[in-house]
Amino acid sequence: MTTATEAPPPASADAPGGRARGTRKRLVPYWLLLPGILWLVVFFAAPLVYQASTSVQTGSLEEGFKVTWHFAAYWDALGAYWPQFLRSVGYAATATVLCLVLGYPLAYLIAFKAGRWRNVVMILVIAPFFTSFLIRTLAWKTILADGGPVVGVLNSLHVLDVTSWLGLTEGQRVLATPLAVVCGLTYNFLPFMVLPLYTSLERIDPRLHEAAGDLYARPVTTFRRVTFPLSMPGVVAGTLLTFIPAAGDYINAELLGSTDQKMIGNVIQSQFLRVLDYPTAAALSFILMAAILAMVTLYIRKSGTEDLV
Amino acid sequence: MTQTSGGDVRLSGISKTYGSFTAVHPLDLTVPAGSFFALLGASGCGKTTTLRMIAGLEDPSAGTVELDGRDITALPPYKRPVNTVFQNYALFPHLDIFENIAFGLRRRGIKTVKKQVEEMLDLVELGPMARRKPTQLSGGQQQRVAVARALINHPQVLLLDEPLGALDLKLRRQMQLELKRIQTEVGITFVHVTHDQEEAMTMADTVAVMNGGRVEQLGAPADLYENPGTTFVANFLGTSNLIEAEVVTAGGDDLLLTAGGSKLRLPAGRCRATARTGGTVLAGVRPEKISLAHAGDAGTIADGRNRLTGRIAHAGFLGVSTQYVVETPGAGRLAVYEQNVERDARLAPGAEVVLHWNPAHTFGLDASQDIGAGADTGEETA
Repeated sequence: MTTATEAPPPASADAPGGRARGTRKRLVPYWLLLPGILWLVVFFAAPLVYQASTSVQTGSLEEGFKVTWHFAAYWDALGAYWPQFLRSVGYAATATVLCLVLGYPLAYLIAFKAGRWRNVVMILVIAPFFTSFLIRTLAWKTILADGGPVVGVLNSLHVLDVTSWLGLTEGQRVLATPLAVVCGLTYNFLPFMVLPLYTSLERIDPRLHEAAGDLYARPVTTFRRVTFPLSMPGVVAGTLLTFIPAAGDYINAELLGSTDQKMIGNVIQSQFLRVLDYPTAAALSFILMAAILAMVTLYIRKSGTEDLV
Repeated sequence: MTQTSGGDVRLSGISKTYGSFTAVHPLDLTVPAGSFFALLGASGCGKTTTLRMIAGLEDPSAGTVELDGRDITALPPYKRPVNTVFQNYALFPHLDIFENIAFGLRRRGIKTVKKQVEEMLDLVELGPMARRKPTQLSGGQQQRVAVARALINHPQVLLLDEPLGALDLKLRRQMQLELKRIQTEVGITFVHVTHDQEEAMTMADTVAVMNGGRVEQLGAPADLYENPGTTFVANFLGTSNLIEAEVVTAGGDDLLLTAGGSKLRLPAGRCRATARTGGTVLAGVRPEKISLAHAGDAGTIADGRNRLTGRIAHAGFLGVSTQYVVETPGAGRLAVYEQNVERDARLAPGAEVVLHWNPAHTFGLDASQDIGAGADTGEETA
């Protein structure tokens, strides 16, 4: 590290060894980048290229797959599975909105009102991470089971009548309905919403709230004009961290839904592992990736958070 | 800019406690309408808490806040006709300068926002900066935006919480004059919180010196300076020489004191302590009131002046004046500021000197107080 910390005076550039040391110093950033670059090449770029080539192959498992530049695989995949695509986006978007609605007040509470309980509440938010994603989702299967207490209560309160009228549930059950899948997604991704929201709320200078109040803004107006706009980086980060994995998720639909709630993740998973139609699975993955990239770009442009940080 | 009449602020028995800690002891204070009032004190003396209670940002534990005869104690900040210039300004980072200044007007649904904001931008000479974000402005510019953002609402009282604290000395001097000018122009009542005694004295009509959650003394700057009531005020506002002295004769127009064998006279009207013969008082005198004479010239000193003898321990040349520290037997180390008009070359460290001053400049304080109160805190502001 000595080469990086000591700045040689300009005059010493001509001195013997000065040039070599200067070159070495210029290379330091690249050396620091190397592990990250290697990691990305091995675990991101290489699989991506491999997948891209797979998506334009034809053949079968017995005869082997060959690159034939069969781009039609994309159109065929989209034609066959567009309902699952739409459903994924719909479920993920609903879960993201629910996470925001549930997570914002929670993050606000932790940042401004929790006082000495702040760390306790924070741990409660993170606590679910101590058990596996799969186990937690399986637990939801028990919680929402037919004839279980949750269904019983919802039924007696006639909530299920409303949700089935809306098409979110069917009859007297919650499991194997869109409601169950969206609930599972919301539950599983809530911490990813709360943490960035908390971080950006906590950074807001409390004097800005006082200044707004001093300048005739009621508490609601203060929230709308000052707090919320200043928490936009957290809102954007939280929604992205929730929406992107939720759109590609298949565990929740697999465990809490039925065949009518299959998301694109489930299709990709079964194409890869059960049907063994690699080109279609790869093409679907690419379509999903492109769709999410496009939506995220549009979203960031729209929310205009670039000059907020 | 329309003329706004300022309002009287009256605090009655107002206090603030946090658990077992008392930030502000029950306090009665009246700020006359249209005046420039300074709350002066070291950090933690309760001055900012007092200001925040006027703004409504802090609920008083007891007592009332009245504005123009109306009790506003229970009003939330957004309903008070009072605006604040915050320490470090608290400008909204997501809004540009124009929108920062327009904030208060927009919240009250006022129509002529554009015209008023532009006028205000001109007043603080920031017209070309209207569409910049606060972070793109210098400290002095941000400070002017903070003032403009508050003033545009024509509050009855403008509260300033250490508004110049973040500026460098030169800019601070400039802004002091600027704020004073604006205050005279708009006629709004200004309540200014500061720890800088020079700032308070330059700007304010009335200064309240606070210490430990209490107002130690209140008055015009010159009055506070010439007639400090406590050792804290004597030391915090400028520098004072405090000499422990024994009362020889009480009664009559002048008290006769003795300190280290020297006789001192103190006008009875300027003695804050009850002086009994044989008792002790603190005799105080400001360093610039004292003249120095070389011991060889002692005979030329006019009669009737208070005098002490000593030896110069240190002399610091400051251009306009020279600051001497003189070691005296019995009265300890005394500070003396001499104008550099006709310098006596013999007045160098080690020289034997006579300190003399007009007895009318002597003030008397209760000797039971801490003689050094306020001395350290006053220095750190320089």
